[in-house]
Amino acid sequence: MRRAFAIARAEMLILRRNRWLFMATLIMLAFALALSFAGSAPTGTLGVDMLTVSVASMTTLSVYLAPLLALMMGFDAVAGDRDRGSLALLLAYPAGRGEILLGKLMAHLAALAVAMCIGFGAAGAVAAWFGGAGAESLMALGRLVLTSILLGAVFLVLGYALSALSSGATAAAGLSAGVWLVFVVLYDLGLLGAVVMDSGGVFTQKVFPWVMVANPADAFRLWNVAASESVALSSGMAGAASALPGWAAPLSLLLWPVLGFLLACAAFRRVEP
Amino acid sequence: MDNSPLQIRALDKFRGKTQVLHGIDLDIAPGERLALLGHNGAGKSTLIKAVLGLIRHEGGSIRICGAAPGSAAARAATAFLPEAVSFHPALTGHEQLTLFARLAGERADIDGLLERVGLGEAMHRRIGAYSKGMRQRLGLAQVLLGRPKLALLDEPTSGLDPISRQDLYAIINELAEQGAAVLIASHALTEVEARTDRIAILRKGIKVADDTLAGLTSQAGLPVKLRVQASGAHADRIATETGGRRINGASVEILCSPQDKMAELRRIAALGDAVADIDMVPPRLEDLYRHYSGEDRK
Repeated sequence: MRRAFAIARAEMLILRRNRWLFMATLIMLAFALALSFAGSAPTGTLGVDMLTVSVASMTTLSVYLAPLLALMMGFDAVAGDRDRGSLALLLAYPAGRGEILLGKLMAHLAALAVAMCIGFGAAGAVAAWFGGAGAESLMALGRLVLTSILLGAVFLVLGYALSALSSGATAAAGLSAGVWLVFVVLYDLGLLGAVVMDSGGVFTQKVFPWVMVANPADAFRLWNVAASESVALSSGMAGAASALPGWAAPLSLLLWPVLGFLLACAAFRRVEP
Repeated sequence: MDNSPLQIRALDKFRGKTQVLHGIDLDIAPGERLALLGHNGAGKSTLIKAVLGLIRHEGGSIRICGAAPGSAAARAATAFLPEAVSFHPALTGHEQLTLFARLAGERADIDGLLERVGLGEAMHRRIGAYSKGMRQRLGLAQVLLGRPKLALLDEPTSGLDPISRQDLYAIINELAEQGAAVLIASHALTEVEARTDRIAILRKGIKVADDTLAGLTSQAGLPVKLRVQASGAHADRIATETGGRRINGASVEILCSPQDKMAELRRIAALGDAVADIDMVPPRLEDLYRHYSGEDRK
């Protein structure tokens, strides 16, 4: 564990020094603020405060942005060191491969958390200042930040796995873009197509919600929606959420980082530098 | 329990279907400096990676101070300097060495180590701005972390200027004096000749030689070169009488086996005034290397 912290400290230095932390925070802040202002129009019609609307639109934003930022940090984790030629030396030190990945995960996760807290926090503060906020909408904001970090963790470890499996950093970057596209865009499109074909049959009733929640990006959305009725109202996802038990989405989103980390470790163990 | 720093027995390694290491046996004693020579692709780096436990081997055994390669005990006992070492360019030399010290669990004097390898002034600059030689020095500093029982140095002098090479060998000697077994994989034959205790040569994954320089010389039985300088116009006469070969107007070169050397010298001395000078050139490591790596075999 001491060794994992040593790796984490060095990784944190790297993230700060190559401006990653700064850029990620800036991106989160810019998008979150823009959405908060743009999404402030429908407040009156739905009868909820502005922070709720803001959280609903930021949930949609986070589904795209959290996996993207995480993969952009994760794809380089193993492949970058191997391309540079510094992996062999690192592995000659008495740190296990799991410890190395854990150290990187801690640093990357901390960086994501900083970006999420500042980005969503600032946007939430602005929304609350201009349109008011209640206890429930503050809870929703907190939940959004936490689940966004979890979603980031999923794609960080998936990024590590791709990084270990691919032949180089460039290939890892390409694979990461593919994974992002599949989980965030194509998966939902495929499900949508299936539901349309099925036209309200057994698949739509029984199978569809479970297939949907198996995808971490959708689990993230469902968790945020199901937990807050007013967010569900303003994001129009109440239907799918009500078909599942309450624990399904949290379980999926908590299980994915663990399984992904194990997968990444298994892939990393096979790497011969 | 055998606790020699490095003991390799009948090591086989395949890469796909090609066998890249054939039944390698190798030992290094504490305080011994071993030069591992061979062409590119002879298997030097593969051997080192197998000792580090970075790659699996198919046959034979490797023991580092009695521990299996890649085990925590083996990794703690081993220091490694990779060929053309590189680090993350965003870190400073000081930060990088601090990371390594923490990984090794050593409370090391980081500043002192960096001063020792001549990076005192550059230690708080980013590695991205370092020259190749400076990166190599930083690599050497991490070898000195802790007191390794086995140091594996892959082409340690590549990219170093002559002064830095002197420093490097001074540090290697220091390591050996502290009781570390040092393995130096190299191409720089003339360098390792005087600075190592034993020489092993790999050819296409087979160990073809493993002895001291003197031992290799006598085993190879390579001829000694006698260069006789003739006085006046006697060169032709000397050449015919000794069976040598004229190499320019006034010199004759004679090749003779080490055992016949004295007899040959007496014959030349008997020529009297015709001989102005004699130079004797024993076979150098370069000749031995050619001999054992099979280049002079037709």
